[in-house]
Amino acid sequence: MCLSIPSKVVSIDSENEMCTVDTMGVKREASLSMMKEGEVKIGDFVLIHIGFVMNTIDPKEAELSLETYKEILDFFDEEELKNTIKNGDECVNKTI
Amino acid sequence: MSIKLSNLYDDFRDPKTIEAYAKLIEKDAKTIDKNIGIMEVCGGHTHTIMKYGLPQLMPKNIHFIHGPGCPVCIMPKERIDHAYILSMQPNVILVTLGDMIKVPGSNGSLQDARAKGADVRFVYSPMEIIKIAEENKDKQIIFFAIGFETTTPMTAVVIDLVVKRNIKNILFHINHVTVPEVMKTLLVDLDNRKVENRIDAFLGPSHVSVIAGSKIYDEFAKDYGKPVVVSGFEPVDVMQSIYMILRQIIEGRCEVEVEYTRAVTKDGNEKANKLINTYFEKAPFFNWRGLGNVANSSWKLKDDFGYLDAQNIYNEILPTNHIDDHKLCLCGEILKGMATPVECKIFGKLCKPTNPIGSCMVSSEGACSAYYKYGNLK
Ligand code: SF4
Repeated sequence: MCLSIPSKVVSIDSENEMCTVDTMGVKREASLSMMKEGEVKIGDFVLIHIGFVMNTIDPKEAELSLETYKEILDFFDEEELKNTIKNGDECVNKTI
Repeated sequence: MSIKLSNLYDDFRDPKTIEAYAKLIEKDAKTIDKNIGIMEVCGGHTHTIMKYGLPQLMPKNIHFIHGPGCPVCIMPKERIDHAYILSMQPNVILVTLGDMIKVPGSNGSLQDARAKGADVRFVYSPMEIIKIAEENKDKQIIFFAIGFETTTPMTAVVIDLVVKRNIKNILFHINHVTVPEVMKTLLVDLDNRKVENRIDAFLGPSHVSVIAGSKIYDEFAKDYGKPVVVSGFEPVDVMQSIYMILRQIIEGRCEVEVEYTRAVTKDGNEKANKLINTYFEKAPFFNWRGLGNVANSSWKLKDDFGYLDAQNIYNEILPTNHIDDHKLCLCGEILKGMATPVECKIFGKLCKPTNPIGSCMVSSEGACSAYYKYGNLK
């Protein structure tokens, strides 16, 4: 009950303060009563909680997080590569 | 890069990123020469932590302590009895959310009431109540409203519609509780806890702060010296948040930080908070299961809207005395972060999801249910 689900807004019915969202292929209706007028636009990512849009998701912030993860992964990949080379250097079966 | 919806799911569950954070955490934990207990306040986090086996990825000196943030689990028996009694009244349709209908009260659960002929309905969204009321004009609809900061404004939206449209057949039984007040009660008597249950820092649930802002935790950092990181619910979010907490400890900082920057701000959702403040005021106290009375930790309808309050209207038939839990059930201790489900003698034996004895086994956000389901017990 308590999870909030990222979804994408596909249409808006401003008269009834409702919108249709896509949650990974599943379409559903959500209320916009908790959002200010005009705050949510078609194509926006939003968080859905028990049938309500509770906020928009900032794509720039999401991108920043993902970039951080990529940097961390690159760092470990490089370390791993270094370790592999180091292990290779110490390998007793080394022929060259 | 431009974000796709799938990025918001897959990339925050990526096993390689989880592993990379595990390495960073391990490195940092080595430089800390004491046990660090991190309480995840919310049951949704407990669920993620158990589902992805995060306790197994933690170094020996880093522990998760499961907190009281599950609205179904913390509901005391007398309030479940209220719901049961209300549902048994003639001409009443009792509506509620989530797993509430399965929790046993002293006469049985709402499911049992239904078996005895009561009209109990479970809705996905509180908005459905309006439709139920329209379709059943000759019936009294009672919404048994539960939840933390995350669901309180949704109840306020329904109240707003009832008031503005002058809908005559909906009443509310309000059980909305708040996170910071109950967190404070857990910080009293910390020295009396077992070492592995002592709380050094908190993981704050992101959706609570989507509504209430990250500022609700300021006093924990400032006055109680406990770092707080507001975290998303995906496993990468949780791992990153743990890392952020360790960084604070190592660098001697004590702050409220937001990991879930993609939707949390300092002040939260202004319109939602306005709605809450229009219809609700703080109740003097709420009796939490296992934790007892906590002052200012819940909402009640303002006096102006007392005519919508089922607790007023049915006052004479609703008991006020406290009812104890099953004597073997450790839910109370578990909700305080003083015990884990495996310490309960009947966990997985007498008490199972198919035959729950306590609330922590009923709710999918309850610690006992998460332990039972994912079984990666440490
Ligand atoms: S296993 Fe069942 S009886 Fe034991 S603490 Fe959990 S809910 Fe209570």
